[in-house]
Amino acid sequence: MEVTSTGSSAGSQDGEPSAQVPVELPIEAVRPPRPGRVIGAGVALLFLVWLAYTVIVNENLHWDVIVSFLMDGRILGGLWVTIQLTVFSMAIGLVLGVLAAVMQLSDNPVLRGTSGLYTWFFRGTPLLVQLIFWFNIGLVFPSFGIGVPFDGPKLIEWQANELITPFTAALLGLAINEGAYMAEIVRAGIRSVDPGQREAAEALGMSHGQVLRRVVLPQAMRVIIPPTGNQFISMLKTTSMVSVIAGAELLTVAQRIYLGNFEVIAMLIVASIWYVVLTTIASIGQHFIEKRFERGHAALGARVRRNLRPFAKEPA
Amino acid sequence: MTTGQAEPMVKIRSLRKRFGSVEVLKGIDLDVPHGQVVCVVGPSGSGKSTLLRCVNRMETIDSGRIWVDGELMGYAERGGRLHLLAPAELCRQRRPIGMVFQRFHLFPHRTAIENVMEGPVTVLGTSRAEARRQATELLERVGLSDRADHYPAQLSGGQQQRVAIARSLAMRPKLMLFDEPTSALDPELVQEVLAVMRDLAASGMTMMVVTHEMGFAREVGDQLVFVDGGVIVERGDPREVLAAPKNDRFRTFLGQVL
Repeated sequence: MEVTSTGSSAGSQDGEPSAQVPVELPIEAVRPPRPGRVIGAGVALLFLVWLAYTVIVNENLHWDVIVSFLMDGRILGGLWVTIQLTVFSMAIGLVLGVLAAVMQLSDNPVLRGTSGLYTWFFRGTPLLVQLIFWFNIGLVFPSFGIGVPFDGPKLIEWQANELITPFTAALLGLAINEGAYMAEIVRAGIRSVDPGQREAAEALGMSHGQVLRRVVLPQAMRVIIPPTGNQFISMLKTTSMVSVIAGAELLTVAQRIYLGNFEVIAMLIVASIWYVVLTTIASIGQHFIEKRFERGHAALGARVRRNLRPFAKEPA
Repeated sequence: MTTGQAEPMVKIRSLRKRFGSVEVLKGIDLDVPHGQVVCVVGPSGSGKSTLLRCVNRMETIDSGRIWVDGELMGYAERGGRLHLLAPAELCRQRRPIGMVFQRFHLFPHRTAIENVMEGPVTVLGTSRAEARRQATELLERVGLSDRADHYPAQLSGGQQQRVAIARSLAMRPKLMLFDEPTSALDPELVQEVLAVMRDLAASGMTMMVVTHEMGFAREVGDQLVFVDGGVIVERGDPREVLAAPKNDRFRTFLGQVL
């Protein structure tokens, strides 16, 4: 206290406080004891050690079986189907979502209603029911064709039983269901864009489509991408529902194996390990994507930093 | 009312506009001759911004007619009946009318030069190289050549507004609409924007300017229009009406802003 007060008064007397060397006052404070923290950490640690111990020494878990099946050809095949289902249904879901969101925001009441009906129905019924329904669609529509609607002549016709495999049924169910959720995410993204942006683009003479493509959607992406990452991670696990129609993905394959060798828990652990690996990789990816989008215009991060340099040099 | 030659650049007759139950414009008649600067002033809520937004049909109108460069805005008259224009036609009508907004509305995901290039490239189909050349010229004109690769967030308000003016000019407009272009700026940044607008006026651009800058109106304006309660209450040469306002409401208003 004394040191600083004399220092500053001397500075103001000279009329040049900037020329002064600042007085250093390092802080080396002693922390008050926090016994609760130590006790809490100790209890949690003890619990974790106990949990690990019971899992490791448990003979019913058959760790040798788990290890031997982790790289089993059938399991890896199921893993590949899971990845395919996730990527394809997310991609189709995203397209459906953008379409439904744009329809929802249009001023045409019929389009708005159609989109509303879609999200209402597919968010209102369980995915499990939808999957079973798509798998059994042949019971309602024995054949599909391209031609004149309302029972007119057909150009091409397929039998539902040939068209609807477990994979296509799974893809239909997952993608159409996902589209309904993506529609809400995309809609929120589009609505987050300042209406002034639309006006500025219209004042330049842009058409509705140009305004959407060039101005609104690029800005909406910043809001759309983080929740889409969540949906992707969620979808990795949701694909396991396909096991009810024997979709040949990871869980189905694991189930088939344990029906043969009765290693139920071991096979479920094998599947879980792979799900955790997939979601971890996806989470890391999402983390990086979000970081980029937080910076605003980050795909061009280096360019932004370079552009900022003249500002730093500029006298205030 | 009409000064000079033939058809004015903007001709507004009996313009009425309502939002819900509130009538904001109650019969406006106004001519903006070629090459003139018309400053529109008035208290907030008087309808002056709405008037401007009706000219390029950012707002639909409820009655009256607006012609820009002899062309009826928003409608086509065929066989004694009015037909609403198709969206593509409306875009074509808006193209030669530049608009500058109070809050700039630059595209935040594009750099200054990309903002200026956006109109020519997307709407006019200009090649990127040609658009870039024109944009470089325009940024130089508004004194921002050294900021071409900056994003809007890295520019001051005054700089953003100058980029926004350049963005409008890139469409080679014959008419420029300014909607309170300096109202969102810090006081020390107002002059740099007004300087650009002054140059633009001197180059012969036809301009409609909604503003609170009486100094600018006095110096650059050819006509001053005072709007209150949805009608034009006083109009005339800015130097004369500002020196000797006839209308009481206009006098009160001037007392508040000056």
